[in-house]
Amino acid sequence: MRYSSVYLLCVPALVLVGLLLAAPLYSTVAQTFGGEVALFGRYGAFFENAFNRDVFFRTLKIALITTVIAAALGYPTAYFISQAGPKWRSLLILCAVLPLLTSSVVRSFSWIVILGRKGSVNTLLMKLHVIDAPLRLLFNEISVVIGLTYLFLPLMILSLVGVMENIEDDLMDAATSLGAPRIKAFFAVIVPLSLPGLVVGAVLVFTGSLTSFTTPQLLGGDGSTVLSTLIFRQAMVLFDWDGAATIATMMVVLTLSVITAINMAARRLNPAA
Amino acid sequence: MKRGNPALAAYVTLVYFFLLGPLFIVAAAAFSGSNFLEFPPSSLSLKWFANILAVSAFLETFIVSLQIAVLGTFLSLVIGVPAAYALSRSAVPGRGVLQAIFVSPVIVPGVVLGFSLLRFYNVQGGVPVFQTLLIGHTLIVLPYSIRVISSSLANFEPAIEEAAISLGCPRWRTFFVVVLPNIRAGVMAAFILAFITSMNNVPVSVFLTGPGVSTLPIQMLSYVENFFDPTIASLSVVLIATTAGFMFLIERTLGLSYFAR
Repeated sequence: MRYSSVYLLCVPALVLVGLLLAAPLYSTVAQTFGGEVALFGRYGAFFENAFNRDVFFRTLKIALITTVIAAALGYPTAYFISQAGPKWRSLLILCAVLPLLTSSVVRSFSWIVILGRKGSVNTLLMKLHVIDAPLRLLFNEISVVIGLTYLFLPLMILSLVGVMENIEDDLMDAATSLGAPRIKAFFAVIVPLSLPGLVVGAVLVFTGSLTSFTTPQLLGGDGSTVLSTLIFRQAMVLFDWDGAATIATMMVVLTLSVITAINMAARRLNPAA
Repeated sequence: MKRGNPALAAYVTLVYFFLLGPLFIVAAAAFSGSNFLEFPPSSLSLKWFANILAVSAFLETFIVSLQIAVLGTFLSLVIGVPAAYALSRSAVPGRGVLQAIFVSPVIVPGVVLGFSLLRFYNVQGGVPVFQTLLIGHTLIVLPYSIRVISSSLANFEPAIEEAAISLGCPRWRTFFVVVLPNIRAGVMAAFILAFITSMNNVPVSVFLTGPGVSTLPIQMLSYVENFFDPTIASLSVVLIATTAGFMFLIERTLGLSYFAR
């Protein structure tokens, strides 16, 4: 194919992304530097406010905890799936994909049914006479972390399975036949080779949690505002467009930095990959 | 498993309880006769399923969601397929950059995209809400379309189309007669994935609601925030069943192993 026709076929997609996406984003970033304020003045003002500072660090903390839990739950699960026979493997993948394709509103809502005042957990504990009055389990940071872990665990599992499936069984067999205990062979063979999958999974879960809106909106309360729900409040309730644009810019920078940082760390840990 | 590890199997069982349990609990709560969300339900009834139709906003927003999803997915394929094809068949300079640009909408946080589109097109540019929503949804599904089509093209043997071209068939005709029929399954899978992604989107759509225009997930979100009855649970059952139906279609067209990649 001639180069000119290749570029020509790319023009519609370039217009869509390069113009229809880039222009509004540029405009949002530009707004935070316009007006009668010092360069980066709006960012300084954001961090001078204690509430905003809390929101910023809470968002990072929630995303980090969610990523760690998703890795702890997902890693053994993905290993199990990759070792299972073809029938079990497709069934287990199917069961991980179903929640992934279900609406995030439904998935967050399910935790309202479980953790709500008349939810399953409270009903069970009252029946067992562990508690007399329903506990307040919703609308705090823990319920947000639970909801986000639920939301993103399938992504972690699928990223890991994709990589683990391609690790040759012979490598494990070689290690064990040469005398390595199975557990040692696992850490010497499977763990380093599955690192790229873990990195992809961690990036997906971390950036997903960092920017997720539905879950903190439904499962979080006033004390667990995060950047995405703050942006919504600034723009749609307070009509503070400068403030919302400032948070939007920070979220873009934060997302890009996280992706770059995790990828760089992964390259240093495993130069082969 | 060659040497089953019972502790690992038990752990994985618990993880799957966590993954699937909440969906079962929502399904059970949907059949409750009570006016409040409860699990286990104290009485059984189908009245909350009937209530989905009684709340007219659900049907109205569903129609908007459907229009946006079908149009946005269609546009993303019309725009994405030529680009994916061109880049898969030629190593032009800047190919990697172009590929990165085309999947870049996926790394823009949804709320940032929604807010920026609202500000730039609707408020400053006077573009109506529906059209702004359509731009947003076309953008968020484009990476899915391009990725699925590209992987499907990578699996298609170029020698087959080269045979057609060397026999004198023009390239554009080769594309429609040889290539497109062979990547049918990929196009179908791309359509379904993009469609589901659009139908489920919240962060972009939540900024783009106006008089008479809102999407189903946004309507559900505001219903959950204001009412505590099981209607949303019933609606969830309908949506989960629809999703399962779509998964069956994907399984038939591309195979579910696509997701583990």
